[in-house]
Order: sequence, then C-alpha cells, then structure tokens
Amino acid sequence: MSAAVAPALVVTASPHVRSQDSTPRIMWNVAATLVPIIVAATWFFGVSSLLVIAAATAGALATERAFGRGGTLADGSAAITGMLLGLTLPAGLSLWMAALGGAFGIGFGKVVWGGLGQNVFNPALLGRAFLQAAFPVAITTWPTVGGRFWTLKGDLFALPFTHPLPDAITSATPLGLLKFEGKGTAIEQLILGNTSGSLGETAALVILAGGIYLAWRGYLNWRIPAAVLLTVIVFSAIVHAVDAHRPDPLFMLFSGGLMLGTVYMATDPVTSPVTNRGRWVFGAGVGVLVVVIRIWGGLPEGVMYAILFMNALVPFINRATQPRLFGTRLGGAT
Amino acid sequence: MSFATGFRHGVHPPEEKELTNRLPIRRMPYPDEIVLPLRQHAGNPAKLCVAVGDHVERGDPVGTADGFMSVPIHASAAGTVAGVEWWPHPDGSMALSVRITVDKFAPHVARPRTVPHWEGLTTDEVVLAVQQAGVVGLGGAAFPTHVKLAPPKDHAVHTLIINGAECEPYLTSDHRTMVEYPVRVLFGIRVMMRALGVTKSVVGIERNKPDAIEAMRAAVPADLDVTILPLTVKYPQGAEKMLIKAVTGVEVPSGKLPVTVGVVVQNVGSVAAIAEVFETGLPLVERIVTVSGHGLRRPANLIVPVGTKLRDLLAFCDGVTPDAAEVVIGGPMMGQAQANLDAPVIKGTTGVVVLAKYETRLARSYPCIHCGRCLDACPVFLNPSLLGDFARVGRYQDMVEQHLADCMLCGSCAYVCPSNIPLSQLFQASKVALRRAQAGAA
Repeated sequence: MSAAVAPALVVTASPHVRSQDSTPRIMWNVAATLVPIIVAATWFFGVSSLLVIAAATAGALATERAFGRGGTLADGSAAITGMLLGLTLPAGLSLWMAALGGAFGIGFGKVVWGGLGQNVFNPALLGRAFLQAAFPVAITTWPTVGGRFWTLKGDLFALPFTHPLPDAITSATPLGLLKFEGKGTAIEQLILGNTSGSLGETAALVILAGGIYLAWRGYLNWRIPAAVLLTVIVFSAIVHAVDAHRPDPLFMLFSGGLMLGTVYMATDPVTSPVTNRGRWVFGAGVGVLVVVIRIWGGLPEGVMYAILFMNALVPFINRATQPRLFGTRLGGAT
Repeated sequence: MSFATGFRHGVHPPEEKELTNRLPIRRMPYPDEIVLPLRQHAGNPAKLCVAVGDHVERGDPVGTADGFMSVPIHASAAGTVAGVEWWPHPDGSMALSVRITVDKFAPHVARPRTVPHWEGLTTDEVVLAVQQAGVVGLGGAAFPTHVKLAPPKDHAVHTLIINGAECEPYLTSDHRTMVEYPVRVLFGIRVMMRALGVTKSVVGIERNKPDAIEAMRAAVPADLDVTILPLTVKYPQGAEKMLIKAVTGVEVPSGKLPVTVGVVVQNVGSVAAIAEVFETGLPLVERIVTVSGHGLRRPANLIVPVGTKLRDLLAFCDGVTPDAAEVVIGGPMMGQAQANLDAPVIKGTTGVVVLAKYETRLARSYPCIHCGRCLDACPVFLNPSLLGDFARVGRYQDMVEQHLADCMLCGSCAYVCPSNIPLSQLFQASKVALRRAQAGAA
C-alpha cells in the first residue's frame, strides 16, 4: 500500500498554495513598460538617450552586484532604478556622470539601508538629487529635440572630472521657459513630448499608457497617481483662476517630470505608504508640493523634491492611517 | 442589500472544486486497522476507558468526556484494542491513541441501542445526548458542538447561522452533504433551533454551489423559518466572523464571541451529525471527507471511518500521481501538511488534499516591498506587512498592540504576498511564543 504514496513529502506551513504573482515578476513588468518610454526618448533625442540610460543602468547594476546581498540583480529592482534615473537625465549628460548617479542611487539610496524593501527614499530620485547637487550645470543643460539619430547631444564621452565641451544646441524646458522667460509652450507639443527636457519628460502619453497597464495588472497602486494628478489639477486650476498668468492645469500635467514621477516614482511601493488611505495622503502631498515648488519656488521643476520630501513622511503617514480593526466600528454594536 | 452577501477584503484562490463537486458520496470499506487519538477536539482530551486486548463494538466509547469542554471518542469499527500508544496526529504532534485491529467480519455491526426521541427531551437532555455522541464541529476546528447548544445565559440568541460556505479550495464535503442529504441537514437545524430556543435560521452557501442552494431550498419545511442565503464566492467566507458579517451585516466585536451579537454558528456537517444522533442513535464514528488534489489519481467524496490512516485512504483512491508533493489535511489555505501518512483521519478532517509539486510554496522568499496587497487581503483589517516585520525580529509585544490576537491565521496575506513571505507561519509562531512567555510569567 505504501507504494501508492509519494517517495518524499513536502511539508510547508499553511497556506500551501499562493497566487501567481511574484516580486520579480512585478519588477520586470514595470521594467518592460519603461521600454516604450525609452524608445520614445530615443525618437526625440537620438542615440544619446540610449547611451545615457545604459550608463545610468550600468552604474546601478554594478553597484547592486558589488555591494548588494547576493543574487539581487535578478529581482529587477536595480534595473528599474537605473532605467528610471536615466529617464530623468538630459540627453547630453556625460556618461560617467550618469553612471555615477546610478551608483549613488543604489549605493546610498538602497544598499546602505539594507537592500530591497528597506530604503526610505526612492533610489532613482536620490541619484538624480545627487547629480543635481554635484553637477548643477550639466544636469540642466537641455539639448534641443530632433536632429540626426547618430548625432550625440553633448560631450557624452567626456573623461571624469574634465569640463565637457559645450558644443550641443540647447534650449530651455517648457517649465524653464515659463519660469525664467515667461513663455508658454503649445499643449500639443507637450502631450506629444516634442519639447526640450529630460529623456522621460517628453512622452507623457506613453508613460500614462504604461501606468494604466500596470494598474490594470495590479502592479502599481492607482491611488497614488490618481491623488497626485487630481491634486495638481485642482490646485493649479485654483491658482490659475486667481491669477491667469499662472500656468493652467493642462500645462502643469504634461510639462516636466510630473507624469514620469507620478506613475513610476511616487508609486514605488517601498517608499510610499502601505495603507490605501495613506496613499491618498501621500499622493495629495506630492501634488501640492509640485505646484508650490513650480509656482513659488526658485526651481522651475519640483517633482523630484516633492516625492523625496513625501518619502520622508511615509513612516508617519503609515502610522496615522492604520486600517480599522474588524469589530471595532465606531458606533456599531459593542 | 449588498452587505448581506459578503464581507470586505479576502482573496480568490482557484476553487479547484470541479475535481469532486459532482461525485456522489461513497462509503469507504473498513481498513485493517484504525487509530483513534484521544485528542480530536478543542478542549480536554477524552479519558481512556479501554485496555489492550478489549473487544469493542462499533460505537463503543474508547475514551470518555473529561468535563463539559470535552467529548467522548468512540470506536468506528468493531475490533480488538491492539495498543494504546503515542501515534502521529494530523496536527503534526504525537497524541495518545487507541489502535484497534478491525474485525475481519461484520466490523460495521453496532450494539443494540435506543434512539432518543428529540421532541421529548429538554434542552439539557439534548445537550447531553449530543455530547455523549461525541459530536464536534466538523468544519475543521472540532469545537464541541454541545457547548454551542448551551450558550451563556447573559446573551439572547436570536439567529442560528449554518455555515455552508465551504470557502477552502478543493473541499466539497459540505457541498455534497447539502446536495445529497438536505433533509437530514434541515432536521439537524430543527433540533438545534429548538435546543437554542430560536425561531430564525439562515444557511449561508457560496454561489458556486447552485445545486446545493437548490436542494436546500427545496427541502425547507413550511413550518420552519429557515432562509437559504447565497453568498459571494470569496475566501475566507466561511470564517465565523466573516459569515456573520455577510449574513447579518454586523461585525462581531474584536475579541468577543459570536453570541454577543445574538448568533450561534454551526457547520453543515455538524448539523447533519446532530441529526444522525437522533435518527440512528449512533455516535460520531465516521465523517464525509473530500479526498482530492492534482496529485491524486482518483478524487472522491467518501464516508470514512474516523481513525482511518491517510495511507489507507490514499491507497483506496488509487494512490498519488508521480508529481504529487504535499499531503494536506483540510484545505490548502488553512490545512496541515502531513509528514507521516500513518496519521489518521479524525473528526475535524474535512478533506485530504494531495497537491502537485507546481502548486506548492517551495519558491524562495523575497524581502517585503510594502506593496500592501496583504492589507487589501486581510479580512479583519490587520497590517500583515507591519506584523511580519515585527515577527521577524521578535517584537511580540508590538505585535500584540497591532492586534495579533485578532488574526485567525486564514492565510490570505501569505497567499497574495508576491515576495512569498510565510506571514501566517510567522504569526502562528508569534502567538505560540507569546503563549509560552505568558505561561512562563504566570
């Protein structure tokens, strides 16, 4: 009779079955939706886009490999960090700077905290913030859209710590134009992404499509982008209504890094609240800060600082928005 | 009203019920040997009342109830007591058990007996009869049924809720019971309603069992206020608090018993067992078990003598397939994986599921990425992500403050966790650690 029974028995704790989604699967799905954005960036900025993103990703992966816990490259999160960082950079940035940004993002944004799941700040944005502080001129030198595919948009192969040659044609971003020169940009141009700016700023529709796909698959929580976008729309509509010289909501939505930041960085599960109510609070906070920085701040763009600032508040938001325990309904039967 | 059919949160594991939900209940022949643990129910284990060499008939007690929170254990076949020894228990421990060599001929023969006529009995006599018959909750927890028939007097019970949700994947024993024995179930409900003094009863059945809903509706007697209520198909719909929420719209207060909101919940199988006591006079010596899984050759719904070894049960179902990996007693969400197939079927064994290798959770774990899926799954609105963080570093007191006590180990959080973190296991271990700490302090 015992021959009828398996030679070895698996014994696990309940539950003995699990859903099909895994953390690597989620991560690689997110990474896959970044590919169309990279393609769009390449369409607008040529081969420079690919080189910058590849350099940032290489810096991130190498750092994860060197200092992370073993075997963590396969979970896909370091690749996402590198690609996202690359998408926040200008097309003409020297590659060594992009790689350094990726290394900083993973090293100081993730590994020192204990690796995946432990960090407080979004690693890609931390890398971006580091580059902003270290190379303020290079990272705000925005090449013009268009040109030949193979034409480099800047001195990409500059050796570290040399002064890159300012030989590319540059122009201000729409937000910069508005802030420093008082000029607007046509909304069609913004939506299509046919504007100067960082690589991933320019394809709002592609980013939105990626976000909708991920939300539909349940790989990102829709509440955060919904909260951010709604807040930006409402807040900037009020500001615009009070002072018509201020940008209108559509301009706010489709300019700068709002879409990329909202869909791919504010929704980073590790650095955003774990409760659904907290996600609304977090998203609203990001939206308010974006508008405040863009309109009243010294910088033309505020998405990066808005998200990083709200990242810091996540533990408090989590604590303040704990779910109500079953059987403790106020005013209910006790 | 939408609240009348479900609860918030929960998960949707593949149901896998089509393997057995159309198979009629059959009777399994007696094995050569049965093993009866004296601990098969919540409460005190039964007190041994036979010795090696004794001959017992089917239905004779081998252990007697030890106090009110206990029930006797009866021989499920005629035979000779071959040993009283520590034996593998389905819960993974060893338990003092009575091993009986089953008679070669007529093992099903019971002693002459009297069948109590329920209408002539007082509530206390009904309670005693149910206790003496060894009836326990057959939904898995094996809580002594007679205790539920005598609820504390300080709460008025107004509704008897019958749990026909059967939300665990694979299991179909309650389903088949309702399809094949609806009259018996309703007779059991009648007896319980009278004993409890309630006039209203609701049977909650998940919508994925339309034939059971149909059969039960058709069998409701005109003089009995019994509502058959279809429920949302969602795990853990059959958890007591979730069922009460679905049926009444009321949340049982945290840390309180269902009776505080005026309801008593009983499982379909247990109600049928009560009915049998007053139909046949036989104690609980056999139960309906779903034997299923993608690792099993011939799934079935079987009437199995209590004490049948898993080895014999699986062999009767033509054994397991080459990719069989894990044998689980109960459903795959809350059941217990077996390390030893000598462990017997006991009163609380709802099913035996043989999982194929591809279904098991052998994959590696990843760090928690705080995606929050567990929060959206938890039916009692805990924060499993945070509790898991605490459990890993032994912060048990912080877990108490985060309401660990309200966790019923349903496994929904671990089921959805993309990082494959064994959350339920961590919580179970934390509960044990806390109990030990309390016992040490006392």
